[in-house]
Amino acid sequence: MDAIILQLLNGLDKGSAYALIALGLTLIFGTLGVVNFAHGALFMIGAFCAVTLSKLFNISYETVDPTRKDFLGNPLKIKEPYLEHWFGHDLGATLIDWAVPLAILFSIPIMIAVGFIMERGLIKHFYKRPHADQILVTFGLAIVLQELIKHYYGANPLPTPAPAALTGSFDFGALIGFDPNVVIYPYWRLVYFAFAAVVIGAVFAFLQFTTFGMVVRAGMADRETVGLLGINIDKRFTIMFGIAAAVAGMAGVMYAPINSPNYHMGMDFLVLSFVVVVVGGMGSLPGAVAAGFLLGILESFASMNEIKSLLPGIDQIIIYLVAIIILLTRPRGLMGRKGVMEE
Amino acid sequence: MLGLDKKDFTLLLVVAALVLLAPFILNPFPADSAMAQFNAGYPDLMQRFVIFGIFAIGFNILFGLTGYLSFGHAAFLGVGSYSAVWMFKLLSMNVIPAIILAVIVSGVFALVIGFVSLRRTGIYFSILTLAFAQMSFNLAYSVLTPITNGETGLQITLNDPRILGVSATAEGGIPVTNLFGLEMRGTEVLNIGPWAFQFNNGYYLCGVIMLIAFYISIRIFRSPFGLMLRAIKANKTRLNYTGLNTRPYALAAFVISGMYAGLAGGLLASMDPLAGAERMQWTASGEVVLMTILGGAGTLIGPVVGAGFIKYFENIFSKINESVLHGWFSFLPEGMENGVVWVTEHFVGPGWHLTLGLLFMLVVTFLPGGLVEGGQKLAGLFRRKSKSEAPDGAAQKHPAE
Amino acid sequence: MGILEIKNVNKRFGGLKALTDVNLSVAENTVHAIIGPNGAGKSTLLNCLVGKLIPDTGSVMFDGQSVLGRTPYEINQMGISRVFQTPEIFGELTVMENMMIPCFAKRDGSFELNAITSIASQKDVREKAEHMLESMNLAEKRNMHAASMSRGDKRRLEIAMCLAQEPRLLLLDEPTAGMARADTNNTIDLLKQIKAERDITIAIIEHDMHVVFSLAERITVLAQGTPLVEDIPANIKGHPKVREAYLGETQVA
Repeated sequence: MDAIILQLLNGLDKGSAYALIALGLTLIFGTLGVVNFAHGALFMIGAFCAVTLSKLFNISYETVDPTRKDFLGNPLKIKEPYLEHWFGHDLGATLIDWAVPLAILFSIPIMIAVGFIMERGLIKHFYKRPHADQILVTFGLAIVLQELIKHYYGANPLPTPAPAALTGSFDFGALIGFDPNVVIYPYWRLVYFAFAAVVIGAVFAFLQFTTFGMVVRAGMADRETVGLLGINIDKRFTIMFGIAAAVAGMAGVMYAPINSPNYHMGMDFLVLSFVVVVVGGMGSLPGAVAAGFLLGILESFASMNEIKSLLPGIDQIIIYLVAIIILLTRPRGLMGRKGVMEE
Repeated sequence: MLGLDKKDFTLLLVVAALVLLAPFILNPFPADSAMAQFNAGYPDLMQRFVIFGIFAIGFNILFGLTGYLSFGHAAFLGVGSYSAVWMFKLLSMNVIPAIILAVIVSGVFALVIGFVSLRRTGIYFSILTLAFAQMSFNLAYSVLTPITNGETGLQITLNDPRILGVSATAEGGIPVTNLFGLEMRGTEVLNIGPWAFQFNNGYYLCGVIMLIAFYISIRIFRSPFGLMLRAIKANKTRLNYTGLNTRPYALAAFVISGMYAGLAGGLLASMDPLAGAERMQWTASGEVVLMTILGGAGTLIGPVVGAGFIKYFENIFSKINESVLHGWFSFLPEGMENGVVWVTEHFVGPGWHLTLGLLFMLVVTFLPGGLVEGGQKLAGLFRRKSKSEAPDGAAQKHPAE
Repeated sequence: MGILEIKNVNKRFGGLKALTDVNLSVAENTVHAIIGPNGAGKSTLLNCLVGKLIPDTGSVMFDGQSVLGRTPYEINQMGISRVFQTPEIFGELTVMENMMIPCFAKRDGSFELNAITSIASQKDVREKAEHMLESMNLAEKRNMHAASMSRGDKRRLEIAMCLAQEPRLLLLDEPTAGMARADTNNTIDLLKQIKAERDITIAIIEHDMHVVFSLAERITVLAQGTPLVEDIPANIKGHPKVREAYLGETQVA
């Protein structure tokens, strides 16, 4: 029982990441009708926003303290980050420590800008082209973005820690009556899950309760009719692309402490996120979210030793296996609408 | 000739001549000249040209004709490689049984995956093939380690229980792959002046097999079956209302292209007997898609052109480094030189993938028909020009497909 | 007994009744028109005949065999060919290639892997396709891409492709929709000629009364998903119920 709860919790953070990426993919697909293979790259750029901010915060200047010597006998160089210099030691250190959460604020304008440039510069020329062309051109873009990141940040993962206050673990088991230290769960993952829930809630609320969201939803259902009403749907769709990019970016920022960002993390998540979207049902937002959590949790259960000894290798393939079964039994995915992506 | 019309037969002859003379054509610069780095006439690279040519020709039978975009074809290449290496380990170092097994196993594999994946079309099909390929890749790395040797990759060792042949040579080395005694790595070097032309046994075996594969693909393109495949791409609804179930046709195309991929994998292993899971990764699948698109999907020669183009530039671009660039641009004023080098170095050496990605975007955006279509348009432009200049118009040769 | 017997067919979409108790019999070797105002259920009925939709209740028999539960290609194999409102042809292929596909397709739809024989060597198929193109006045366009033809030519090609299969029942879904008057008249003449030359049953769904009264031997009027009257054209023209159904829509006669 405790093991099951532990796996359930473990599945939540991965599931949150899948859900956030799949949500953006679905928004783009539902509104613009574009299959965006570069969406994983947006997630990756988000993670590197966290890396960048944490690097920026750590830019230091060196002073030489002639009174002290290092082990070679040279005068000791003391590094002090500018932030600590400017804001005083305590506030500066706190800012550095909280670089990752702060990176969210930093990433939103960047991601929206990236999203706008992508949509206006490239994607909009592909609205009328076949899906295969869209897949291919965004695939090319994903390679380009990933190689640029690799060029400037190197190929190695860059550890980007969470704030010290959130690095500990939380004894979830003790809370619900198990022995202490049986079901423990890192705080940051809990934060990630809460964060994902808030973002997902905000996106749904935005679509549900604002006029803007209403038009977008109408556009998702029937683009031509909305166009006939004289509403400039294209502009709204561009903004939707920016929002989807920001959602993916924020998911990436917050994921940085869980898995050290590397240049291919986007591709790794993209393949899985596409599977998530297809399982959830192409064009269905609730489907994307539900499937994200479902697959994250299933993946986590499959990596339990008891299950692995029963079905060796199942943890490696469970997501794909589920996708295949769902696609063959429910062609439109869990919550897919009729007529989406069908010839 | 050979059941082809004149145009196709000419195309086949041209390709055959290019393949046979490749050691000369790809080696235009003297061995010790500064330009020698642009030579591609060495065995390893030439083998890759023709092997990936086979892979792309096969992929084109599926994607170019039926329009089904598979993102998992590298899995068949990987399966072919593994099968071939096992044949070397267990049966004989002769490449023929290894290649045959590679084709059969990948064909069976493609039949199973295709049967399931083809129940869906469009993007769903692409995702299903991707899912299968990633599954195979993950399994090859984990539970299937006894068969695939995991991350290390499957290799020939000194203790292989080979039924026909020895586990180790008299000198205590690992035996090499051969075709009835003809060693695949054997290379004759012909020195003419400062040029050194290399003739490699393995390359010629691969080249001949590629010609056969290319010939078969022409026959498929020109057959009633090929017509049905193109009809699938053009309009599935009408085909359905013509009393035809499209699925067996698409499945047959899928299996044929899977066997081509297996053949390519078997040949890779025959040239260098090792097989690793990274050959099955989805980036590898993306590469064959790119080759086909770049050359021109749905055309006969396009995939071969695309495969050659990518493998050549991959090789050349990867070799260029900063000092080479400084050498090239040394004629510029220093500030400008540094600037140009700084920009260019993004695209060469390890930055080759960046170039590849950009190329991908440019081709899809501006040249959806690929290089072949671009060439045809260019040829058409010249023809119109020459026609307007000389109204009698000497009979212009049709551009090859 | 007609060649096509539709009995008590009902079809609803959610709360909307698209077809209610449709009974219809199409006699062999006749031209039977199904007319009705927009939203009368004509297209739904047609889709039920070709396997695209399955009725909730009722039966559809073609030549004594039920078509329900069969896929479109299986129904085609029984001898029913369909012409679409917007011509469904192979746009990327040439006119000749378009024409050869139904000529290659076996009546039973069986799969053939003749991947090595060349099309050029299939003399009889080429001749049959050539012959069909000539009879439709499309021969000189044989090397054109089908997508680049005029709508009238596309329609003729589509009909030719259906006829190459020698169907027993030809279903036409508004064959003259979106056509100019001259093209419409050409299509009427073409269909008359087809009917005169062979034993074939034609069921036609049409909006244009001119087409219907030029061709049909029997007419069924559909209104709000249910057949109103069925009679010979002369009796339909003045029928009060028909006038009522069409009031304000089209001048009958």
